[in-house]
Amino acid sequence: MYHSLHEAIADAEARGVSLATAALDIEARDQGRPVAEIREALLRALNVMRGAVKQGLTGDLRSNSGLVGGDAAKLRTGPEGPLAGTVFREVLMRAIAVQEVNAAMGIIVAAPTAGGAGVLPGVLLGLSAKQQFSDQAMVDALATAGLIGAVVAQRASLSGAEGGCQAETGAAAGMAAGAATQLLGGTPAQVGHAVALAQQGTLGLVCDPLGGLVELPCVFRNATGAAIALAAVEMAIAGITFAIPADEVIDTMGEIGREMDVRYRETAGGGLAATPTGRRLAKERLTQIKRA
Amino acid sequence: MVSLLDIIGPVMVGPSSSHTAGACRLGLIAHDLVAGTPERALIELHGSFARTGEGHGTDKAIVGGLLGFRPDDERLRDALQIMEKEGLDYHFEKTTLGEEPEVHPNTVRITVHRAHRHHVMLGASLGAGRIKVSEIDGYPVEVDGSHHTIVMVAEDVKGSIARIAGILSEADVNIATLRLSRKHRGGDAFMVIEVDERPADDVGAALRALPWVRWTHRIEKVGG
Repeated sequence: MYHSLHEAIADAEARGVSLATAALDIEARDQGRPVAEIREALLRALNVMRGAVKQGLTGDLRSNSGLVGGDAAKLRTGPEGPLAGTVFREVLMRAIAVQEVNAAMGIIVAAPTAGGAGVLPGVLLGLSAKQQFSDQAMVDALATAGLIGAVVAQRASLSGAEGGCQAETGAAAGMAAGAATQLLGGTPAQVGHAVALAQQGTLGLVCDPLGGLVELPCVFRNATGAAIALAAVEMAIAGITFAIPADEVIDTMGEIGREMDVRYRETAGGGLAATPTGRRLAKERLTQIKRA
Repeated sequence: MVSLLDIIGPVMVGPSSSHTAGACRLGLIAHDLVAGTPERALIELHGSFARTGEGHGTDKAIVGGLLGFRPDDERLRDALQIMEKEGLDYHFEKTTLGEEPEVHPNTVRITVHRAHRHHVMLGASLGAGRIKVSEIDGYPVEVDGSHHTIVMVAEDVKGSIARIAGILSEADVNIATLRLSRKHRGGDAFMVIEVDERPADDVGAALRALPWVRWTHRIEKVGG
């Protein structure tokens, strides 16, 4: 797989193909599998994402601890604010839906991880709610998201325990922004700017889940991660460029992650997890899980 | 090597790719080491696995793996009840297996017994569902479940690798990687052979028939 987006974009431009095609060709070579087989696996993932969104929007899910659940449904049927009727609201409710399914031990696609699994389907399927895209275009979008995630995995990290939430929902925002930019007709270079614009907005984000559970704030970090991704797509499509290349933004994320205190890396030792309310809720809920 | 399908995947039961999906994969490897569901198991959780495992369903996921369930199997949710119903004797302990960074925060030591088979493995969940088994029966190894894998202990005799390669080649199984480790010179060698195709049962039988092979098992590909 490509080590940098720079290399991938240069390759795609030289060949006159999309980043998805460039990534799928390299993946086929690396794994010794035909492209069609990889596309099929991505289509299966897409269908699992659709299933999770559908399940999550019904709103009758509760996590093991009872800390989260039922909020996607509020965005679906509840009172509307300034985002009434927009794709933005569709994206937010889907990102939350998938994370609620995840917290309830339902079936999701870890993309890149389970903790950040709401962002990509939130953005891609939220866009689909307002505009029809072919399965082929959606699979292409997932391939490009996979490429971006693979570059982040090699250059920085995709683990909250290693790099904080910037490595999970932050990386997911970069993946979703790039994938959606391509889906909406953006060039490979615009995809690169979308990744940089999304990830610059999540640098430094800590991983501080209450009781160490992938619940709070994770469900809402996915929603805000999706919001950042959507903003980055809008900017990149409008022609805004970000002066620091995506690869260097990703490297920065890795560097910040390595310097981040252990309290902010999925240990529940700092951040929201260590607030008086965070500690109280975690204690109550963990006792409840043990009893169950 | 990072794969697109590692990033857009795995399809899994939530809530955590490291604490649920990765934990399940580690359980599956222990399951394969005794070629089936162990009757007895000791599961020693270290670090973050010990601290936050219950809330992530790490206990259910490891037990599910021991029962042969894969990370996308919805029965993982009920694995502890299934374990009790089947009368399996599994115990959990929280422990400290060493210091970071030598020992990964999501590490587990699993001791499994099934009939006459008995093995101990040490493995870690690295994030995004990726795992690494670093020790089996005291031998340093590297098994990540990204390939079908043959593990074996054999006497350290000359030409052993050529014989094994011959058997695999006849069975049309291509070797991706082969690693050898031993505790001391002339002592038994532990071999980890990652292969591209799933070796049929008769490959195991042919390997077991070699007089200097003490034991060998096939570990199924669990992702990647």
